[in-house]
Amino acid sequence: MATRPVKIAVASGKGGTGKTTVAVSLALSADGPVQFLDCDVEEPNAHIFLSPEFEERFPVEILVPKLDLDRCIRCGACAKACRYGALAVIGKRVLFHPELCHGCGLCRLVCPAGAISEVPRTIGWVERGHAGQIRFMRGLLEIGEPMATPIIRRLKRDMSPNLLTVLDAPPGTACPVIETLKGADFALLVTEPTPFGLHDLRLALRVVRELGIPAGAVINRDGIGDDSVERFLGAEGIPLLLRIPMDRRIAAAYAEGVPLVEALPKWREEFRALAERIAEAVEARG
Amino acid sequence: MTELVVISGKGGTGKTTVAGSLVALAKGAVAADCDVDAANLHLILRGEPLERVPYRGSEEALIDQEKCVSCGACRRVCRFDAVLVVGNRYEIDPLSCEGCGACAHVCPAGAIRMEERQSGWIYVSRTPYGILVHGELLPGEENSGKLVTQVKMRARMIAGKEGAALLIVDGSPGIGCPVIASLSGAHAALIVAEPSRAALHDLLRVAGVARHFRAKLFLVLNKADLSPKLAREVGEAAAQEGMVCLGEIPYDEGVTWAQLRGLPVVETHGPAATAIREIWEKLRKGLYGEGRGCG
Repeated sequence: MATRPVKIAVASGKGGTGKTTVAVSLALSADGPVQFLDCDVEEPNAHIFLSPEFEERFPVEILVPKLDLDRCIRCGACAKACRYGALAVIGKRVLFHPELCHGCGLCRLVCPAGAISEVPRTIGWVERGHAGQIRFMRGLLEIGEPMATPIIRRLKRDMSPNLLTVLDAPPGTACPVIETLKGADFALLVTEPTPFGLHDLRLALRVVRELGIPAGAVINRDGIGDDSVERFLGAEGIPLLLRIPMDRRIAAAYAEGVPLVEALPKWREEFRALAERIAEAVEARG
Repeated sequence: MTELVVISGKGGTGKTTVAGSLVALAKGAVAADCDVDAANLHLILRGEPLERVPYRGSEEALIDQEKCVSCGACRRVCRFDAVLVVGNRYEIDPLSCEGCGACAHVCPAGAIRMEERQSGWIYVSRTPYGILVHGELLPGEENSGKLVTQVKMRARMIAGKEGAALLIVDGSPGIGCPVIASLSGAHAALIVAEPSRAALHDLLRVAGVARHFRAKLFLVLNKADLSPKLAREVGEAAAQEGMVCLGEIPYDEGVTWAQLRGLPVVETHGPAATAIREIWEKLRKGLYGEGRGCG
């Protein structure tokens, strides 16, 4: 059955192709218990469709340096060591730019005067709750903070290994996407049949291949554009698992925050079958 | 020179469609595609490549297995889970390594060195509308914000040399490091939204980031007719946020048609093209102080 515990990451490269639509529909169509992780911590949207009740919320912190200016000898070793430009020593002043700090701890290690300790700094939040039978978790990057990756890392730490898992990835191909995909059993790439869709699908596939994760594709807004995405998938040996047509009713449901499988229940069976095919593909691979 | 950044919060609302058309209409503006992990602007601006420069944005730890004494100090100090134990060897996972150098610092055997790595490219091309600079981050690389900054610096330099009055920056979705880097130093941000609850939610978050930079905020509502009700809600929320509403673009299959032919949509005829031309006229006035609020 589709409810064997596989971890499916829904990704895309290009934004707005329908990742959240697909991820939410997969979770809602599952027969058994399922957990949903909204890993698009910069702009999480799945909660709009699933209306979860949140039961807990805790901060995600990274360790950042705290300077003891009485001990500091202004040698500049910390600033020289920091790869991110987060520390600068100018004359008697020591400047720290917290938003540039990755929290690696090297400054404390290199300080010859023992003037640096580390303190936690909140860069975002993890929230957990339930939406019906779905165990729902999401990360939320604090506005103005640049680093999404530590939040995704923290979010995934509490993932149960015994549940069917749907991870809604952020768009793009950079570090937050990698962090989401790491450890997934399958990457479901949602694309649209346009030149932008194809271009970014190609990039997303490179990432997925680098990680060694098997992949399949969903073409959304099928009917607009041309068949070059399909031909690309064929040439690359990536199975096309589902097509969702361009349909104003689907767009209208999306606009209101209504999940596709609730607005048009006939899609429920399609998504159940999709989950099953993914589970089979993962099992066949061993 | 005025610097305008096109952003959206939510992905796929039509940033590049709008930005590409503005570049075509502005005549002589310099364009910078700062959506470095999925750059698309070059697909519709028909650029002839002039230059390609490697981008070296980060370092990566390398373990010399001959010297490694397998003490595990590197693994203990790494905050990014980038030191793996494979059999009885310690290895660096390049996809997790953030290049901080803590492992190299603590290694008692001097077995770890930091090596600069190429993590992308910066391209400069000539398009029928002016110069386009765009970045390409290699898959899975770190520091996209730094690449955005370098793309912008190069574009500013070219704009200065060419005496361009406007730099149009196509930003990336989200609110994280590449978006922050693309907003830094911008005079104005044009937010492209669509009429949906998701886009409204994301718009408010990205507006919060843009406000940090004191950029003047403009709103364009794309595919507005797909949900007139949400279009109204988004417009009202944007007005409360103090954004200047430039207008709506209707859903138009001509947008995809233009994309398939590698053209900015304003080079074609249709309702979307007409709407964008009107938006550009309002934007031009708005950039210099005029313009009315949303709603």
